[in-house]
Amino acid sequence: MHSTGYTLRFIIILTAVVALLLTGLREVTKTQAELNETIFNKKEILKAIATRLGDDVDVSAMSDEEVENNFSRIEQLAVNIKGESIDAAKIMESGYKGGKAIDIDMAKEKKKNEEDRIFPLFVYGKGKDKIYILNVRGNGLWDEIWGNVAVESDFSTIVGVSFDHKGETPGLGAEIKDNPAFPKQFTGKKIRNENSDYVSVLVKKGGADKGNVHEVDGISGATVTADGVTEMLGRCIKYYEKYYEKNIKS
Amino acid sequence: MADTAIQDVKKKESGISFGKKERKLISDPLNDNNPITVQVLGICSALAVTSLILPSLVMSIAVVFVCMFASFFTSLLRKQIPNSVRMIVQLVIIAGLVTVVEFALKYFNFTVYKQLSVYIGLIITNCIVMGRLEAFAMANNPWKSLLDGLGNGLGYGAILLIIAFIRELFGKGTLFAGTGIEWKIIGASPDYMINTLDSTWFGWYANNNLMVLPAAAMFIIGILIWIQRSYNEKLVDIS
Repeated sequence: MHSTGYTLRFIIILTAVVALLLTGLREVTKTQAELNETIFNKKEILKAIATRLGDDVDVSAMSDEEVENNFSRIEQLAVNIKGESIDAAKIMESGYKGGKAIDIDMAKEKKKNEEDRIFPLFVYGKGKDKIYILNVRGNGLWDEIWGNVAVESDFSTIVGVSFDHKGETPGLGAEIKDNPAFPKQFTGKKIRNENSDYVSVLVKKGGADKGNVHEVDGISGATVTADGVTEMLGRCIKYYEKYYEKNIKS
Repeated sequence: MADTAIQDVKKKESGISFGKKERKLISDPLNDNNPITVQVLGICSALAVTSLILPSLVMSIAVVFVCMFASFFTSLLRKQIPNSVRMIVQLVIIAGLVTVVEFALKYFNFTVYKQLSVYIGLIITNCIVMGRLEAFAMANNPWKSLLDGLGNGLGYGAILLIIAFIRELFGKGTLFAGTGIEWKIIGASPDYMINTLDSTWFGWYANNNLMVLPAAAMFIIGILIWIQRSYNEKLVDIS
């Protein structure tokens, strides 16, 4: 039998060797992995405005260069809840090295107080055709859900949305992402009423009323996730409200 | 006396042959001793990732890799591993390999990494890997352990792919979705090979949403076990 000293030594050496090898491997793959993640996030944003990129554009099939090409036409801003623009230096101060809106980690921001958060805002196109892409993040049934909402220059008509989730049930809650028909419903809906007051969009259990521009159909068996989407949209789009009043409305 | 014993061990150790015994190490887990349908191990991930073929394929490759090399390294160290902490040592080896898989996925295909999310990490707790280390690799030479790991990984992967094939076909109407050679088999749109909207024979057909849910995999595994037992004599319970 082995002595305690031997056991201890064995464990320490084994752990050290494995840890060293993994750290080395991590260092080698890190740059590419981070690049892949950024591309992935950029694709999610492009998905929200896919209908405006051209006919039959399949964002998920895009090559890295195409993603970068399309994304270079998007202006990246960051705002806070008071409607003030946040510059690159401030973004870096918050711990995002790149200093761009795409670098902002919404999962981290969600843990801060609402007043301290910074929100990325992406702008595509010019003048009347401007599209604003807002970032939303909330809770589904099991874990976080998030997405991008693209609105026209009136800050009301939705151009498109893309959702993602961490751990919703496949076939039920995960349909917000897996079933293209769900995000598609949002296109053309309005987040403001005739008086241009903010009302958001409701994901309605049992189906939306026909012709109601503030409702979309829910998903059978995924009421909690759908309610999560409703809550997320209602709360998170509002974060951009002050910025809209100050900079866009006039 | 001691010398001959060492020589014997050396003779056994260096034997990288590929005879009948070695072939059996690979073929056994594919049928007679399949980790999923006979040993009923690794069910958790078999339910979770099999709604599409692509993530199942990646998962299978990952498990084959981890199972093979965890067996190999454990077997290499088997005489040095202190008995009292052998399980922890095995876990360190498995966890290290799984992390390698995770890095590789992040590096090569971030989308699939996102799809498999937590299940890659859960290979660490996949009973198949640990079971093989305990039952085989701790008592056999590295070459045989490697083959045993390969066989069990393949046995797991084969069942995963069968389940995923059935679930994707009947749940989504597609095959190999997301791989670039996506086949759209049956569905209510002109994109599909069989368009249920204007087909005389398949107008009634709709995708079965149950197939998308993890529960469907349970039924399919049950049916696979039933089929396997009804033709494989070795598995018939004689008691």
